[in-house]
Amino acid sequence: MKLLYFAWVREKTGIGEETITMPEGVTTVEDLVSWMITRGGGFEAAFADKSTVRVAVNQEYAKIDWPVTDDDEIAFFPPVTGG
Amino acid sequence: MTIKVQAEDFDVGAELVALTDGDHGVGGLCSFVGLVRDMAGTEPIGAMTLEHYPGMTEKALVEIEAEACERWPLSSTLIIHRYGRLEPGDRIVLVAAASAHRGAAFEACEFLIDWLKTKAPFWKLEETADGEAAWVEARDSDDDAAQRWNSNG
Repeated sequence: MKLLYFAWVREKTGIGEETITMPEGVTTVEDLVSWMITRGGGFEAAFADKSTVRVAVNQEYAKIDWPVTDDDEIAFFPPVTGG
Repeated sequence: MTIKVQAEDFDVGAELVALTDGDHGVGGLCSFVGLVRDMAGTEPIGAMTLEHYPGMTEKALVEIEAEACERWPLSSTLIIHRYGRLEPGDRIVLVAAASAHRGAAFEACEFLIDWLKTKAPFWKLEETADGEAAWVEARDSDDDAAQRWNSNG
């Protein structure tokens, strides 16, 4: 799966983009976020307050219980502030 | 229905002329231009950098325009949003809606910018005059502005 990070989520994780094999036991957005925290360091810091991170699966806003697969593009970012 | 996500500036006059050119069914064209302010609260701002999510940004803007066209009888709509480093006074965004009558044009224009602010994946990083940078936080007032289109609709 392709993972993307934007704004302060990118700054905290220290990377903008990576491709990983879907971790074992992960089936939903929520599972993936929980796994992110177990990576420690900047990832743990970025997801410390889950309520401040938005998730998009294949460029659509996703709810926490949405399924994820190894073919998905999944992005993590703060609430948007354009306009 | 036009969407442009670009680093470069735009010519408001030329864009608005082009939007309704040749369409004589249009009786009203309403536009909104968002600019970089020189202050964030009480703090002077030196510059702002807009980050976005290429691909999803365009997709979200197309969906927002489609939603406006469902709700109002529009002849044409336009959204231009810039990214990259901008300075106070620079244009950030132009939205416009054209319709046979002004009511739909005014409402659709306001709807476009309200929904864009809460749905399109852009993020602002503000730099103070002494070079400190901070990500702008989403505002409840923007959520409220977007939400009223749900309760009214």
